[in-house]
Amino acid sequence: MIPASFDYEVAESAEHAVALLAEHGDEAKLLAGGHSLIPMMRFRLATPTVLVDVGRLDDLRYINADNGTISIGALTRHSELEHSELLARSCPMMASVAALVGDPAVRHRGTLGGTLAHSDPASDLPAAVLALGGTIVARGPSGDREIAATDFFTGYFESALADDEMIVEVRVPASDAGWNYQKFNRRAQDWAIVGVAVADAGAGVSLVNMGSTPLRASAVEAAVASGASAADAAALAAEGLQPPSDLNADADYRRHLARVFTQRALNAAGVA
Amino acid sequence: MTMTDDPATHLDSAGHMGRPRLRREDPALLTGEAQFIDDMSLHGEIWVGIVRSTEAHATILGVDGSAALEIDGVTEVLSGADLAPLWGEGALPCAWPVTDDMRNPAHLPVATSVAKYVGDAVAVVLATSRYAAADGAAAVSVDYDPLPAVVDIEAAVADGAPLVHEDLGTNESYTWPLIPNPEAVDEAFANAAHVVSERFVQQRLIPAPMEPRGVVAAPGVASGELTLYSATQIPHILKVMTAVTLGIPEHKIRVVAPSVGGGFGCKLNVYAEEILCSALAMDRGVPVRWTESRSEAATATIQGRGQVQHIELAADDNGKVQAVRVKLLADMGAYLQLVTPGVPLLGGFLYHGCYDIAHYSFECTSVFTNKTPTDAYRGAGRPEATYAVERAMDSLAVAVGVTPEEIRSRNFIAADAFPYESCAGLIFDSGDYQTVLDKAVEMAGLDGVRATQAQRRADGSNRQIGVGFSSYVEMCGLAPSRVLASLNYGAGGWEAATVRVLPTAKVQVITGSTPHGQGHETSWSMIVADKLGIDPDDVEVLHSDTAISPTGLDTYGSRSLSVGGTAVFMATDKVLDKARLIAAHQLEANEDDLEYVDGAFQVKGTPTAAVPFAAIAFAAFTAHDLPDGMEPNLEAHVTYDPPNFTFPNGTHIAVVEVDTDTGDVDIVDYVAVDDCGNQVNPMIVEGQVHGGVLQGAAQALYEDAVYTEDGQIVTVNLGDYLVPSAAEAPAYRVASHVTPSPTNPMGVKGIGEAGTIAATPAVINAVVDALRPMGITDVAMPASPQTVWRAINEAQGGAS
Repeated sequence: MIPASFDYEVAESAEHAVALLAEHGDEAKLLAGGHSLIPMMRFRLATPTVLVDVGRLDDLRYINADNGTISIGALTRHSELEHSELLARSCPMMASVAALVGDPAVRHRGTLGGTLAHSDPASDLPAAVLALGGTIVARGPSGDREIAATDFFTGYFESALADDEMIVEVRVPASDAGWNYQKFNRRAQDWAIVGVAVADAGAGVSLVNMGSTPLRASAVEAAVASGASAADAAALAAEGLQPPSDLNADADYRRHLARVFTQRALNAAGVA
Repeated sequence: MTMTDDPATHLDSAGHMGRPRLRREDPALLTGEAQFIDDMSLHGEIWVGIVRSTEAHATILGVDGSAALEIDGVTEVLSGADLAPLWGEGALPCAWPVTDDMRNPAHLPVATSVAKYVGDAVAVVLATSRYAAADGAAAVSVDYDPLPAVVDIEAAVADGAPLVHEDLGTNESYTWPLIPNPEAVDEAFANAAHVVSERFVQQRLIPAPMEPRGVVAAPGVASGELTLYSATQIPHILKVMTAVTLGIPEHKIRVVAPSVGGGFGCKLNVYAEEILCSALAMDRGVPVRWTESRSEAATATIQGRGQVQHIELAADDNGKVQAVRVKLLADMGAYLQLVTPGVPLLGGFLYHGCYDIAHYSFECTSVFTNKTPTDAYRGAGRPEATYAVERAMDSLAVAVGVTPEEIRSRNFIAADAFPYESCAGLIFDSGDYQTVLDKAVEMAGLDGVRATQAQRRADGSNRQIGVGFSSYVEMCGLAPSRVLASLNYGAGGWEAATVRVLPTAKVQVITGSTPHGQGHETSWSMIVADKLGIDPDDVEVLHSDTAISPTGLDTYGSRSLSVGGTAVFMATDKVLDKARLIAAHQLEANEDDLEYVDGAFQVKGTPTAAVPFAAIAFAAFTAHDLPDGMEPNLEAHVTYDPPNFTFPNGTHIAVVEVDTDTGDVDIVDYVAVDDCGNQVNPMIVEGQVHGGVLQGAAQALYEDAVYTEDGQIVTVNLGDYLVPSAAEAPAYRVASHVTPSPTNPMGVKGIGEAGTIAATPAVINAVVDALRPMGITDVAMPASPQTVWRAINEAQGGAS
């Protein structure tokens, strides 16, 4: 397929990008790695009239640790997360989840900020950030603001970002205790049919592709906190959820998968 | 990879044949130097954008191009009626009217009054760029009056079904029976100790070659010539069909297939876009082009499979099968494309598999539906037949109470029975099916696998093991022309080759085969080099352009090596025969006293008196001193019509692990033992087996062209249509057993489709084997996790 025509602007800085967004309003889209946006444009599911390319903002490609918090620049590529020694030591789940996104080509182009801003409920990294209790730093015309991951995902492909804001940084707590990510799909490069991220020995549990946004499985977290077994906690994984139905899985099967993989993830994270 | 047998031992071990050799094609492909259709650019070209029906069945009330015409670059919007004068009476060709009374509706390149499937071309936009053509096509408004759609083939033949083609009065295209002795079949079933009766559904598949289709039609305004560039498997056939369809004199048409990125049968066709671009180019006097998008390919290019099979086996006490009875419903789609009706027949001779069965009954009814036409797709009829008989043989094994390998052994055609006349009337060339199966069983380490399986079953593990067999035989090397005539096929089955020795002793081979990924340049050069005693790199292989290779019948049906390669082999022999006469003349010796050793003719036993090939080549060029009456130059042409098909065979074993919590199937081991006769390049053979097996496993586990009840296709991109990738490929273990085919002088059979034919039933048999203790006897394809989980769930009483 061929995208509809659009204008193309190169952002020289995050501030410049924000200014361009303010100028063009909701007709504009940020282009980072492009591996979600460009396919949508090719199918004409997205028809932005202006693309603001932030892909060259290399000052936003970094992974730093400070005082128990890991700060990751928004333009950091998935492959950089995947191969980061700092993450392997201090927050292995982020590296491990990044290694499961798409295929190598996607991971070399796709960015952490991009996947969060895209807010696809079927994406892997948003669920990891959510389970870890991360924070998203957004820059707008009036400066930066911090948004808790739990407040960030507001709807199907919708986030708390304003039209003239861009993600500049993502912060997650350093955490290497009791984590696991289960991704169930039919082909290695596909989105998860269902995914489950467990952080901090079950204190944070999130679900992929079980609703219109990445979700915290609060009932599971509460059960784990109260000492329930992994099996009993996992039985609550799909409670109250309205997962989607598609060619790979209908809602009932997804609920079943959420329970199976929540138990497996909890077990792997050390919850008996 | 494991090669437990060295095929080189079966060919002249001094040469290149029989030894793995890197493909000479690959550097250009891997570096991007190879030119594909979309890499072309011609001065003054215009682009075609095609408006495709969004309705499965609808009357076209009107086409409004006004919005499209306002787009910069869009020059014209043409409805089917506007275009009709370009082709007049000419409709897209079907070359295989399998019965005299077959119903074949007129199939225009662009529909004029009724759209018959989603994707049917209903209007055309001309534009100065591909972008403008796409924007223009999206902006054309078509007014449809929907009609009831026929989607399911069993529903299509039910009373009162809506009709795809109202004027035909039925949805049936033809019924083709092959029942040599009906009474004997009935008697066998009446007296059978065991009767197996199964129904299987072959889902539709989207061929999805790496390169979608594309066409560039370039007219010669002054010369009246047409050069048609197309991503096709069949430039030669396309040339004839374009001449017939559009009335352009055939000698004014040149067809070129540039580098072609795979076909799997879907580029063995004459498509609307080829005729449309050709007609427009000749009419407008400018190059006209079209490139297919991936989503467009889901409906604009033929699909494969699409059958409902009923198979019955009648066996005696010991499980020896006496008769097989098959009733087939085959989905034609909305129209008959080039060989659509013949595809089920290619399997129709093989529903007894590789078993010695006395009595045969096959009947195919072919049905129109409001879906994309079907046609040949890797294996074409033979994967379907193999699936049915191999699944049924496993059911028989259960009924008789023996293992899958034992039921096969009890029924195999014996190694000493070749040439073997089958109950369907074919003469099988050679084989040793039991030895092949034994080798596969040994490689698979079956005892160990079964021990693990038993342990997992005893433990109630959520990772159950299954073992699946598939023993297959196929007919390929299409084909003896007289046999094709008896099947009403519209062309012959010969192949042509020219071997031309240049003055400097380099060699040009011109082949009528049309490679699109198979590596013919490498293999043909090995054949010629071995015979002439020269380096394969001194042999150039030319193909795929009717101006260079004017005679040929192209590449499909695993025919290239056994027919086209044989023509090359024989043409090289003719070159050698002439070279021998020149050498005898120079040595003043009797030609019968000469032998050809290391690239030179010498008097037998006298290496000091030798004429090297290079000297003969130059002598033939200068013609200064040739035997009296001999024509100058060293060149030979052969057109070879094979006396029989060839019959590759083999046994594949799949071992799967089923996650019973999720239904996920993992192929944990895959053993393939194939007998494709002698091998020219074992590396290419192995590659064909790997790709073929994954394509067959894809039908078993992943791929499905999904349509809604009202005929909308759901799987139009590679996110929804699950072509597996290397990451899903099993760790193949491949071996061969060689029984040379007596059909051709090289003893070769063909390997292009074998893996696809074998793998689908091997994988499903393994899945069913894993789940049989739960009472599961069949799993629908593709055996997706959800499908398998539901089968488990239902078997366990439905709790979810």
